[in-house]
Amino acid sequence: MAVDMRLPARKQAFLPAIHSSSDGKHLVVPGDVITSDTGFMRGHGTYMDDEKLTASVAGEVERVNKLICVRPLKTRFNGEVGDVVVGRITEVQQKRWKVGTNSRLDSVLLLSSVNLPGGELRRRSAEDELTMRDYLQEGDLISAEVQSVFSDGALSLHTRSLKYGKLGQGVLVQVSPSLIKRQKTHFHNLTCGASIILGNNGYVWIYPTPGHQDEEAGGYYTSLEPVPLSDREIISRLRNCLLALAAHKVMLYDTSILYCYESSLTHQIKDILKPEIVDEIVMETHQRLLDQEG
Amino acid sequence: MAGLELLSDQGYRLDGRKATELRKLQARMGVFGQADGSAYMEQGNTKALAVVYGPHEVRGSRSKSLHDRAVINCQYSMATFSTAERKRRPHGDRKSSEMSLHLKQTFEAAVLTQLYPRSQIDIYVKILQSDGGNYSACVNAATLALVDAGIPMRDYVCACTAGFVEDTPLADLCHAEESGGGTTLSLALLPRSESIALVQMDARLHQDHLPALMEAATVACKGLSKVLDDVVRQHLQEVSVQTRE
Repeated sequence: MAVDMRLPARKQAFLPAIHSSSDGKHLVVPGDVITSDTGFMRGHGTYMDDEKLTASVAGEVERVNKLICVRPLKTRFNGEVGDVVVGRITEVQQKRWKVGTNSRLDSVLLLSSVNLPGGELRRRSAEDELTMRDYLQEGDLISAEVQSVFSDGALSLHTRSLKYGKLGQGVLVQVSPSLIKRQKTHFHNLTCGASIILGNNGYVWIYPTPGHQDEEAGGYYTSLEPVPLSDREIISRLRNCLLALAAHKVMLYDTSILYCYESSLTHQIKDILKPEIVDEIVMETHQRLLDQEG
Repeated sequence: MAGLELLSDQGYRLDGRKATELRKLQARMGVFGQADGSAYMEQGNTKALAVVYGPHEVRGSRSKSLHDRAVINCQYSMATFSTAERKRRPHGDRKSSEMSLHLKQTFEAAVLTQLYPRSQIDIYVKILQSDGGNYSACVNAATLALVDAGIPMRDYVCACTAGFVEDTPLADLCHAEESGGGTTLSLALLPRSESIALVQMDARLHQDHLPALMEAATVACKGLSKVLDDVVRQHLQEVSVQTRE
Protein backbone atom coordinates (compact mmCIF):
# COMPACT_ATOMS: atom_id res chain seq x y z
CA MET A 1 0.00 0.00 0.00
CA ALA A 2 1.38 3.37 -0.95
CA VAL A 3 1.51 5.70 2.01
CA ASP A 4 2.04 9.42 1.75
CA MET A 5 3.97 10.86 4.65
CA ARG A 6 5.29 14.29 5.41
CA LEU A 7 7.22 15.96 8.17
CA PRO A 8 5.74 18.91 10.02
CA ALA A 9 6.82 22.12 8.37
CA ARG A 10 6.20 25.66 9.42
CA LYS A 11 3.42 27.04 7.33
CA GLN A 12 4.75 29.79 5.17
CA ALA A 13 2.49 32.61 4.20
CA PHE A 14 2.76 33.27 0.51
CA LEU A 15 0.30 36.10 0.25
CA PRO A 16 2.38 38.75 2.08
CA ALA A 17 4.70 38.64 -0.89
CA ILE A 18 1.86 39.97 -3.02
CA HIS A 19 0.58 42.59 -0.66
CA SER A 20 3.26 44.18 1.44
CA SER A 21 2.48 45.30 4.99
CA SER A 22 -1.09 46.01 6.09
CA ASP A 23 -1.25 49.63 5.10
CA GLY A 24 -3.28 52.11 7.06
CA LYS A 25 -4.94 49.53 9.27
CA HIS A 26 -5.34 50.40 12.91
CA LEU A 27 -4.74 47.13 14.75
CA VAL A 28 -5.25 46.91 18.49
CA VAL A 29 -4.93 44.28 21.22
CA PRO A 30 -6.96 43.93 24.45
CA GLY A 31 -6.19 46.75 26.85
CA ASP A 32 -4.96 49.18 24.19
CA VAL A 33 -6.31 52.68 24.61
CA ILE A 34 -7.98 53.66 21.31
CA THR A 35 -8.69 57.24 22.27
CA SER A 36 -9.00 59.33 25.42
CA ASP A 37 -11.29 61.77 23.62
CA THR A 38 -14.75 61.52 25.22
CA GLY A 39 -16.55 62.63 22.07
CA PHE A 40 -16.78 59.10 20.67
CA MET A 41 -19.37 56.38 21.09
CA ARG A 42 -18.45 52.98 22.44
CA GLY A 43 -19.12 50.11 19.99
CA HIS A 44 -18.54 46.36 20.02
CA GLY A 45 -15.13 45.18 21.14
CA THR A 46 -14.45 48.21 23.32
CA TYR A 47 -15.07 49.31 26.89
CA MET A 48 -14.61 52.46 28.97
CA ASP A 49 -11.70 52.35 31.35
CA ASP A 50 -11.78 55.53 33.42
CA GLU A 51 -12.88 57.86 30.64
CA LYS A 52 -10.64 56.18 28.08
CA LEU A 53 -12.01 54.13 25.20
CA THR A 54 -10.14 50.82 25.41
CA ALA A 55 -10.12 47.78 23.13
CA SER A 56 -11.26 44.48 24.61
CA VAL A 57 -10.46 42.22 21.64
CA ALA A 58 -7.56 41.93 19.22
CA GLY A 59 -8.50 43.21 15.81
CA GLU A 60 -9.02 46.11 13.50
CA VAL A 61 -10.56 49.43 14.57
CA GLU A 62 -13.57 50.53 12.54
CA ARG A 63 -14.92 54.03 12.72
CA VAL A 64 -18.36 55.05 11.54
CA ASN A 65 -18.71 58.77 12.27
CA LYS A 66 -18.60 58.92 16.08
CA LEU A 67 -18.91 55.20 16.67
CA ILE A 68 -15.80 53.17 17.30
CA CYS A 69 -15.84 49.37 17.07
CA VAL A 70 -13.10 46.77 17.09
CA ARG A 71 -13.75 43.82 14.83
CA PRO A 72 -11.96 40.69 16.02
CA LEU A 73 -10.22 38.47 13.47
CA LYS A 74 -12.14 35.40 14.46
CA THR A 75 -15.37 35.23 16.34
CA ARG A 76 -18.62 33.35 16.62
CA PHE A 77 -21.48 34.14 14.26
CA ASN A 78 -23.33 37.36 15.02
CA GLY A 79 -26.61 36.99 13.18
CA GLU A 80 -28.56 39.77 11.55
CA VAL A 81 -32.12 39.73 10.24
CA GLY A 82 -32.22 38.25 6.75
CA ASP A 83 -29.06 36.15 7.05
CA VAL A 84 -29.20 32.70 5.50
CA VAL A 85 -27.96 30.07 7.93
CA VAL A 86 -27.37 26.34 7.89
CA GLY A 87 -27.87 24.73 11.28
CA ARG A 88 -28.27 21.49 13.14
CA ILE A 89 -31.25 20.64 15.34
CA THR A 90 -29.97 20.15 18.89
CA GLU A 91 -33.22 19.86 20.79
CA VAL A 92 -36.95 19.45 20.24
CA GLN A 93 -39.04 21.40 22.72
CA GLN A 94 -42.66 22.46 23.10
CA LYS A 95 -43.62 24.39 19.96
CA ARG A 96 -39.99 25.02 19.03
CA TRP A 97 -36.76 23.46 17.87
CA LYS A 98 -33.36 24.53 19.13
CA VAL A 99 -30.84 24.90 16.32
CA GLY A 100 -27.07 25.00 16.66
CA THR A 101 -25.84 27.70 14.28
CA ASN A 102 -22.28 28.44 15.45
CA SER A 103 -23.78 31.40 17.29
CA ARG A 104 -23.14 32.11 20.96
CA LEU A 105 -26.57 30.84 21.93
CA ASP A 106 -28.64 28.19 20.21
CA SER A 107 -31.15 29.62 17.75
CA VAL A 108 -34.87 29.01 17.96
CA LEU A 109 -37.09 27.71 15.16
CA LEU A 110 -40.72 28.10 16.17
CA LEU A 111 -43.28 25.61 14.96
CA SER A 112 -45.32 28.58 13.75
CA SER A 113 -42.51 29.78 11.49
CA VAL A 114 -42.12 26.66 9.38
CA ASN A 115 -44.07 25.58 6.30
CA LEU A 116 -45.53 22.24 7.20
CA PRO A 117 -45.88 19.50 4.60
CA GLY A 118 -49.12 19.88 2.73
CA GLY A 119 -48.29 23.44 1.95
CA GLU A 120 -51.57 24.85 3.26
CA LEU A 121 -51.57 27.67 5.74
CA ARG A 122 -53.37 26.67 8.87
CA ARG A 123 -53.26 27.07 12.61
CA ARG A 124 -50.79 24.81 14.34
CA SER A 125 -52.76 22.36 16.39
CA ALA A 126 -51.77 20.32 19.41
CA GLU A 127 -51.43 17.40 17.05
CA ASP A 128 -48.73 19.21 15.11
CA GLU A 129 -46.84 19.73 18.36
CA LEU A 130 -46.86 16.01 19.01
CA THR A 131 -45.55 15.17 15.56
CA MET A 132 -42.79 17.77 15.54
CA ARG A 133 -40.16 15.10 15.75
CA ASP A 134 -41.44 13.57 12.50
CA TYR A 135 -40.49 16.72 10.61
CA LEU A 136 -37.21 17.50 12.30
CA GLN A 137 -35.38 15.52 14.91
CA GLU A 138 -32.13 15.97 16.77
CA GLY A 139 -29.17 15.94 14.42
CA ASP A 140 -31.07 16.99 11.30
CA LEU A 141 -29.58 19.77 9.23
CA ILE A 142 -31.71 22.65 8.01
CA SER A 143 -31.30 25.81 6.02
CA ALA A 144 -33.20 28.81 7.30
CA GLU A 145 -33.30 32.58 7.44
CA VAL A 146 -32.91 34.78 10.50
CA GLN A 147 -36.29 36.26 11.31
CA SER A 148 -35.39 38.32 14.36
CA VAL A 149 -32.77 38.68 17.04
CA PHE A 150 -33.79 38.42 20.70
CA SER A 151 -32.52 40.87 23.29
CA ASP A 152 -29.99 38.37 24.67
CA GLY A 153 -28.52 37.82 21.21
CA ALA A 154 -30.23 34.52 20.39
CA LEU A 155 -31.64 34.21 16.88
CA SER A 156 -35.14 33.33 15.81
CA LEU A 157 -35.24 31.49 12.48
CA HIS A 158 -37.92 30.82 9.90
CA THR A 159 -38.20 28.47 6.93
CA ARG A 160 -41.25 30.07 5.31
CA SER A 161 -40.06 29.64 1.77
CA LEU A 162 -39.59 26.65 -0.46
CA LYS A 163 -35.87 27.21 -0.67
CA TYR A 164 -35.43 26.66 3.06
CA GLY A 165 -36.07 23.47 4.97
CA LYS A 166 -34.53 20.17 5.83
CA LEU A 167 -31.31 19.21 4.07
CA GLY A 168 -31.03 15.72 2.66
CA GLN A 169 -27.96 14.23 1.06
CA GLY A 170 -24.84 16.32 0.82
CA VAL A 171 -21.71 17.44 2.61
CA LEU A 172 -21.33 20.05 5.35
CA VAL A 173 -18.18 22.16 5.52
CA GLN A 174 -17.60 24.43 8.51
CA VAL A 175 -15.50 27.54 8.00
CA SER A 176 -15.13 30.83 9.83
CA PRO A 177 -18.24 33.04 9.42
CA SER A 178 -16.05 35.99 8.42
CA LEU A 179 -15.03 34.16 5.24
CA ILE A 180 -18.52 34.11 3.75
CA LYS A 181 -19.07 37.05 1.46
CA ARG A 182 -22.47 38.72 1.89
CA GLN A 183 -24.40 38.52 -1.34
CA LYS A 184 -27.86 38.91 -2.74
CA THR A 185 -28.30 35.16 -2.87
CA HIS A 186 -26.54 32.47 -0.91
CA PHE A 187 -28.01 29.59 -2.91
CA HIS A 188 -26.05 28.75 -6.00
CA ASN A 189 -26.44 26.08 -8.66
CA LEU A 190 -22.83 25.90 -9.76
CA THR A 191 -22.14 25.16 -13.41
CA CYS A 192 -19.85 22.30 -12.43
CA GLY A 193 -22.91 20.22 -11.56
CA ALA A 194 -23.57 20.65 -7.84
CA SER A 195 -25.39 23.16 -5.70
CA ILE A 196 -24.16 25.02 -2.68
CA ILE A 197 -25.68 26.91 0.23
CA LEU A 198 -23.27 29.42 1.75
CA GLY A 199 -24.68 29.99 5.24
CA ASN A 200 -23.70 33.34 6.73
CA ASN A 201 -22.80 31.45 9.88
CA GLY A 202 -19.89 29.73 8.17
CA TYR A 203 -21.71 26.46 7.53
CA VAL A 204 -21.59 25.54 3.86
CA TRP A 205 -23.80 22.82 2.44
CA ILE A 206 -22.85 21.13 -0.84
CA TYR A 207 -25.48 18.92 -2.46
CA PRO A 208 -26.37 17.47 -5.84
CA THR A 209 -28.49 19.87 -7.91
CA PRO A 210 -32.11 18.83 -7.38
CA GLY A 211 -34.05 17.86 -10.49
CA HIS A 212 -37.41 19.35 -9.57
CA GLN A 213 -38.93 20.99 -6.54
CA ASP A 214 -41.74 19.11 -4.90
CA GLU A 215 -44.19 21.83 -3.92
CA GLU A 216 -46.30 19.56 -1.78
CA ALA A 217 -43.53 18.71 0.67
CA GLY A 218 -42.96 22.32 1.67
CA GLY A 219 -39.24 21.92 1.96
CA TYR A 220 -39.43 18.89 4.24
CA TYR A 221 -39.08 16.22 1.62
CA THR A 222 -35.71 14.51 1.51
CA SER A 223 -34.69 12.35 -1.38
CA LEU A 224 -33.02 9.09 -0.44
CA GLU A 225 -32.21 8.10 -4.04
CA PRO A 226 -28.60 7.03 -4.46
CA VAL A 227 -26.46 9.89 -5.77
CA PRO A 228 -24.47 8.93 -8.89
CA LEU A 229 -20.72 8.60 -8.52
CA SER A 230 -20.02 11.53 -10.84
CA ASP A 231 -22.05 13.86 -8.62
CA ARG A 232 -20.34 12.56 -5.51
CA GLU A 233 -16.96 13.22 -7.08
CA ILE A 234 -17.94 16.79 -7.88
CA ILE A 235 -19.16 17.28 -4.32
CA SER A 236 -15.95 15.88 -2.83
CA ARG A 237 -13.85 18.07 -5.08
CA LEU A 238 -15.85 21.13 -4.09
CA ARG A 239 -15.47 20.24 -0.43
CA ASN A 240 -11.70 19.98 -0.71
CA CYS A 241 -11.59 23.23 -2.69
CA LEU A 242 -13.57 25.00 0.05
CA LEU A 243 -11.14 23.75 2.68
CA ALA A 244 -8.22 24.94 0.57
CA LEU A 245 -9.72 28.40 0.14
CA ALA A 246 -10.59 28.61 3.83
CA ALA A 247 -7.05 27.62 4.83
CA HIS A 248 -5.75 30.62 2.91
CA LYS A 249 -8.51 32.93 4.13
CA VAL A 250 -9.98 33.62 0.70
CA MET A 251 -13.53 35.00 0.76
CA LEU A 252 -16.06 32.39 -0.31
CA TYR A 253 -18.65 33.20 -2.96
CA ASP A 254 -19.80 31.54 -6.18
CA THR A 255 -17.03 32.94 -8.40
CA SER A 256 -14.13 32.17 -6.08
CA ILE A 257 -15.40 28.64 -5.51
CA LEU A 258 -15.90 28.01 -9.22
CA TYR A 259 -12.46 29.36 -10.10
CA CYS A 260 -10.88 27.20 -7.44
CA TYR A 261 -12.80 24.19 -8.71
CA GLU A 262 -11.58 24.80 -12.24
CA SER A 263 -7.96 25.26 -11.12
CA SER A 264 -8.16 21.99 -9.21
CA LEU A 265 -9.30 19.93 -12.20
CA THR A 266 -5.74 18.97 -13.13
CA HIS A 267 -5.29 17.23 -9.78
CA GLN A 268 -6.86 14.18 -8.25
CA ILE A 269 -9.52 14.91 -5.66
CA LYS A 270 -7.56 13.51 -2.74
CA ASP A 271 -4.48 15.48 -3.73
CA ILE A 272 -6.28 18.78 -3.20
CA LEU A 273 -5.70 18.32 0.53
CA LYS A 274 -1.90 18.36 0.20
CA PRO A 275 -0.40 21.68 1.31
CA GLU A 276 1.73 22.29 -1.79
CA ILE A 277 -1.21 21.67 -4.11
CA VAL A 278 -3.44 23.83 -1.93
CA ASP A 279 -0.89 26.64 -2.32
CA GLU A 280 -0.82 26.17 -6.06
CA ILE A 281 -4.55 26.15 -6.74
CA VAL A 282 -5.32 28.95 -4.30
CA MET A 283 -2.61 31.07 -5.90
CA GLU A 284 -4.13 30.42 -9.32
CA THR A 285 -7.64 31.21 -8.07
CA HIS A 286 -6.37 34.40 -6.48
CA GLN A 287 -4.75 35.47 -9.72
CA ARG A 288 -7.91 34.82 -11.72
CA LEU A 289 -9.97 36.80 -9.23
CA LEU A 290 -7.55 39.71 -9.45
CA ASP A 291 -7.60 39.55 -13.26
CA GLN A 292 -11.37 39.57 -13.26
CA GLU A 293 -11.51 42.62 -11.00
CA GLY A 294 -9.26 44.28 -13.54
CA MET B 1 18.00 21.71 51.18
CA ALA B 2 21.50 20.47 51.67
CA GLY B 3 23.98 20.56 48.84
CA LEU B 4 21.83 22.42 46.37
CA GLU B 5 22.88 26.02 46.11
CA LEU B 6 20.00 27.96 44.61
CA LEU B 7 21.90 31.20 44.30
CA SER B 8 25.66 31.23 43.88
CA ASP B 9 27.93 33.82 45.45
CA GLN B 10 28.25 35.46 42.06
CA GLY B 11 24.47 35.87 41.90
CA TYR B 12 23.72 33.13 39.40
CA ARG B 13 20.98 30.55 39.74
CA LEU B 14 21.03 26.83 38.99
CA ASP B 15 20.30 27.29 35.30
CA GLY B 16 22.66 30.24 34.94
CA ARG B 17 20.08 33.00 35.14
CA LYS B 18 20.35 36.19 37.18
CA ALA B 19 17.85 36.66 40.01
CA THR B 20 15.37 38.73 38.00
CA GLU B 21 15.85 37.03 34.67
CA LEU B 22 12.94 35.18 33.04
CA ARG B 23 13.21 31.93 31.15
CA LYS B 24 12.95 31.86 27.40
CA LEU B 25 9.40 32.43 26.25
CA GLN B 26 7.91 31.13 23.05
CA ALA B 27 4.29 31.11 22.03
CA ARG B 28 2.05 30.52 19.07
CA MET B 29 -1.60 31.31 18.53
CA GLY B 30 -4.19 29.49 16.47
CA VAL B 31 -2.65 26.03 16.59
CA PHE B 32 -5.92 24.15 16.09
CA GLY B 33 -8.52 24.67 13.40
CA GLN B 34 -11.38 23.00 15.22
CA ALA B 35 -11.46 25.14 18.36
CA ASP B 36 -12.62 28.76 18.57
CA GLY B 37 -9.24 29.74 19.98
CA SER B 38 -6.03 27.95 20.82
CA ALA B 39 -2.45 28.68 21.82
CA TYR B 40 0.79 26.93 22.67
CA MET B 41 3.21 28.35 25.20
CA GLU B 42 6.74 27.47 26.27
CA GLN B 43 8.24 29.03 29.36
CA GLY B 44 11.66 27.49 29.56
CA ASN B 45 10.99 23.79 29.72
CA THR B 46 7.39 24.17 30.83
CA LYS B 47 5.08 23.63 27.89
CA ALA B 48 1.36 24.26 27.91
CA LEU B 49 -1.43 23.97 25.40
CA ALA B 50 -4.67 25.93 25.80
CA VAL B 51 -7.92 25.60 23.87
CA VAL B 52 -11.01 27.79 24.14
CA TYR B 53 -14.52 26.90 23.00
CA GLY B 54 -17.31 29.39 23.11
CA PRO B 55 -19.15 31.43 24.02
CA HIS B 56 -21.79 28.80 23.39
CA GLU B 57 -25.04 27.52 24.85
CA VAL B 58 -24.62 26.02 28.32
CA ARG B 59 -24.10 22.29 27.97
CA GLY B 60 -25.16 19.79 30.57
CA SER B 61 -27.46 21.00 33.30
CA ARG B 62 -29.22 24.19 32.29
CA SER B 63 -29.35 25.33 35.93
CA LYS B 64 -25.70 26.31 35.68
CA SER B 65 -26.43 29.13 33.26
CA LEU B 66 -26.47 32.66 34.63
CA HIS B 67 -29.00 35.15 33.32
CA ASP B 68 -26.68 38.15 33.41
CA ARG B 69 -23.27 36.83 32.42
CA ALA B 70 -21.35 33.92 30.94
CA VAL B 71 -20.14 30.92 32.89
CA ILE B 72 -16.44 30.18 32.61
CA ASN B 73 -15.55 26.53 32.72
CA CYS B 74 -11.88 25.62 33.14
CA GLN B 75 -10.27 22.25 32.98
CA TYR B 76 -6.64 21.71 33.83
CA SER B 77 -4.80 18.50 33.15
CA MET B 78 -1.27 17.21 32.97
CA ALA B 79 -0.01 14.78 30.38
CA THR B 80 1.15 11.38 31.63
CA PHE B 81 4.63 12.10 30.32
CA SER B 82 4.85 15.66 31.63
CA THR B 83 7.02 14.99 34.67
CA ALA B 84 10.21 13.01 35.27
CA GLU B 85 8.16 10.24 36.78
CA ARG B 86 5.62 8.77 34.41
CA LYS B 87 2.28 8.76 36.11
CA ARG B 88 -1.33 8.35 35.13
CA ARG B 89 -3.27 11.41 36.13
CA PRO B 90 -6.98 10.75 36.33
CA HIS B 91 -9.39 13.58 35.72
CA GLY B 92 -10.66 15.44 38.73
CA ASP B 93 -7.97 14.62 41.20
CA ARG B 94 -7.55 17.11 43.99
CA LYS B 95 -4.57 18.95 42.59
CA SER B 96 -5.96 19.50 39.13
CA SER B 97 -9.41 20.52 40.34
CA GLU B 98 -7.80 23.10 42.59
CA MET B 99 -5.81 24.41 39.64
CA SER B 100 -8.97 24.49 37.50
CA LEU B 101 -10.68 26.57 40.17
CA HIS B 102 -7.78 29.00 40.33
CA LEU B 103 -7.81 29.40 36.56
CA LYS B 104 -11.55 30.02 36.63
CA GLN B 105 -11.19 32.73 39.27
CA THR B 106 -8.36 34.35 37.34
CA PHE B 107 -10.28 34.59 34.10
CA GLU B 108 -13.54 35.67 35.69
CA ALA B 109 -11.62 38.77 36.72
CA ALA B 110 -10.41 39.50 33.21
CA VAL B 111 -13.08 38.35 30.74
CA LEU B 112 -16.02 40.71 30.19
CA THR B 113 -18.52 37.95 30.96
CA GLN B 114 -21.50 40.29 31.31
CA LEU B 115 -21.56 40.67 27.51
CA TYR B 116 -22.62 37.07 27.07
CA PRO B 117 -25.63 36.26 29.24
CA ARG B 118 -26.72 32.60 29.45
CA SER B 119 -23.58 31.43 27.64
CA GLN B 120 -20.59 29.34 28.57
CA ILE B 121 -16.91 29.69 27.76
CA ASP B 122 -14.78 26.57 28.02
CA ILE B 123 -11.05 26.82 28.65
CA TYR B 124 -9.06 23.60 28.52
CA VAL B 125 -5.36 23.65 29.38
CA LYS B 126 -2.92 20.83 29.31
CA ILE B 127 0.63 20.77 30.59
CA LEU B 128 2.77 18.82 28.14
CA GLN B 129 6.00 19.22 30.02
CA SER B 130 6.30 20.42 33.57
CA ASP B 131 9.30 22.32 34.86
CA GLY B 132 7.90 24.68 37.46
CA GLY B 133 5.43 27.50 37.06
CA ASN B 134 2.62 25.30 35.71
CA TYR B 135 -0.05 27.71 36.82
CA SER B 136 1.59 30.69 35.17
CA ALA B 137 2.22 28.85 31.90
CA CYS B 138 -1.46 27.83 31.87
CA VAL B 139 -2.68 31.36 32.50
CA ASN B 140 -0.45 32.82 29.79
CA ALA B 141 -1.43 30.16 27.26
CA ALA B 142 -5.13 30.55 28.08
CA THR B 143 -4.86 34.33 27.68
CA LEU B 144 -3.49 33.90 24.19
CA ALA B 145 -6.19 31.35 23.36
CA LEU B 146 -8.92 33.74 24.56
CA VAL B 147 -7.48 36.54 22.44
CA ASP B 148 -7.42 34.14 19.49
CA ALA B 149 -11.07 33.27 20.07
CA GLY B 150 -12.01 36.96 20.00
CA ILE B 151 -13.45 36.94 23.51
CA PRO B 152 -13.48 40.42 25.06
CA MET B 153 -11.12 40.93 27.98
CA ARG B 154 -10.20 43.94 30.08
CA ASP B 155 -6.52 43.28 29.49
CA TYR B 156 -4.11 40.39 29.11
CA VAL B 157 -3.68 38.25 32.17
CA CYS B 158 -0.01 37.57 32.78
CA ALA B 159 1.14 35.20 35.46
CA CYS B 160 4.54 34.52 36.90
CA THR B 161 6.05 32.92 39.96
CA ALA B 162 8.63 34.37 42.31
CA GLY B 163 10.62 32.84 45.12
CA PHE B 164 12.75 34.05 47.97
CA VAL B 165 16.24 32.73 48.57
CA GLU B 166 18.92 34.25 50.80
CA ASP B 167 17.17 37.61 51.05
CA THR B 168 16.92 37.84 47.27
CA PRO B 169 13.68 37.53 45.33
CA LEU B 170 13.98 35.20 42.31
CA ALA B 171 11.67 35.55 39.31
CA ASP B 172 10.14 32.71 37.28
CA LEU B 173 11.19 29.63 39.24
CA CYS B 174 12.07 26.35 37.60
CA HIS B 175 11.14 22.96 39.08
CA ALA B 176 14.37 22.55 41.04
CA GLU B 177 13.94 25.93 42.66
CA GLU B 178 10.26 25.35 43.38
CA SER B 179 10.90 22.03 45.07
CA GLY B 180 13.88 23.42 46.95
CA GLY B 181 11.70 24.11 49.94
CA GLY B 182 11.58 27.88 49.72
CA THR B 183 8.61 30.15 49.37
CA THR B 184 6.80 30.29 46.04
CA LEU B 185 4.44 33.08 45.13
CA SER B 186 2.24 32.87 42.03
CA LEU B 187 0.86 36.13 40.78
CA ALA B 188 -1.64 36.72 37.98
CA LEU B 189 -1.73 40.35 36.98
CA LEU B 190 -3.61 42.61 34.57
CA PRO B 191 -0.43 44.46 33.65
CA ARG B 192 -1.76 47.79 32.41
CA SER B 193 -3.78 48.60 35.48
CA GLU B 194 -1.56 46.51 37.77
CA SER B 195 -4.66 44.95 39.28
CA ILE B 196 -4.19 41.50 40.72
CA ALA B 197 -6.36 38.71 39.36
CA LEU B 198 -4.99 36.04 41.69
CA VAL B 199 -2.15 35.72 44.15
CA GLN B 200 -1.17 32.58 45.94
CA MET B 201 1.70 31.73 48.25
CA ASP B 202 2.67 28.46 49.84
CA ALA B 203 5.14 28.17 52.72
CA ARG B 204 5.96 30.90 55.17
CA LEU B 205 7.59 34.24 54.61
CA HIS B 206 8.42 37.07 56.95
CA GLN B 207 6.05 39.90 56.26
CA ASP B 208 8.92 42.37 55.82
CA HIS B 209 9.98 40.41 52.75
CA LEU B 210 6.54 40.34 51.13
CA PRO B 211 6.69 43.74 49.36
CA ALA B 212 10.03 42.85 47.77
CA LEU B 213 8.67 39.50 46.58
CA MET B 214 5.49 41.05 45.21
CA GLU B 215 7.55 43.69 43.45
CA ALA B 216 9.74 41.02 41.82
CA ALA B 217 6.67 39.08 40.64
CA THR B 218 5.02 42.24 39.31
CA VAL B 219 8.10 43.20 37.32
CA ALA B 220 8.33 39.66 35.95
CA CYS B 221 4.64 39.72 34.91
CA LYS B 222 5.12 43.01 33.13
CA GLY B 223 8.14 41.66 31.29
CA LEU B 224 6.07 38.67 30.30
CA SER B 225 3.23 40.85 29.07
CA LYS B 226 5.57 42.48 26.57
CA VAL B 227 6.37 39.09 25.08
CA LEU B 228 2.69 38.14 24.90
CA ASP B 229 1.95 41.49 23.32
CA ASP B 230 4.54 40.87 20.62
CA VAL B 231 3.11 37.43 19.89
CA VAL B 232 -0.43 38.79 19.57
CA ARG B 233 0.59 41.71 17.36
CA GLN B 234 2.62 39.44 15.13
CA HIS B 235 -0.31 37.06 14.76
CA LEU B 236 -2.68 39.95 14.09
CA GLN B 237 -0.44 41.32 11.40
CA GLU B 238 -0.05 37.95 9.69
CA VAL B 239 -3.76 37.15 9.63
CA SER B 240 -4.90 40.63 8.65
CA VAL B 241 -2.52 40.66 5.71
CA GLN B 242 -3.89 37.30 4.62
CA THR B 243 -7.54 38.31 4.85
CA ARG B 244 -7.04 41.57 2.97
CA GLU B 245 -8.84 41.52 -0.33
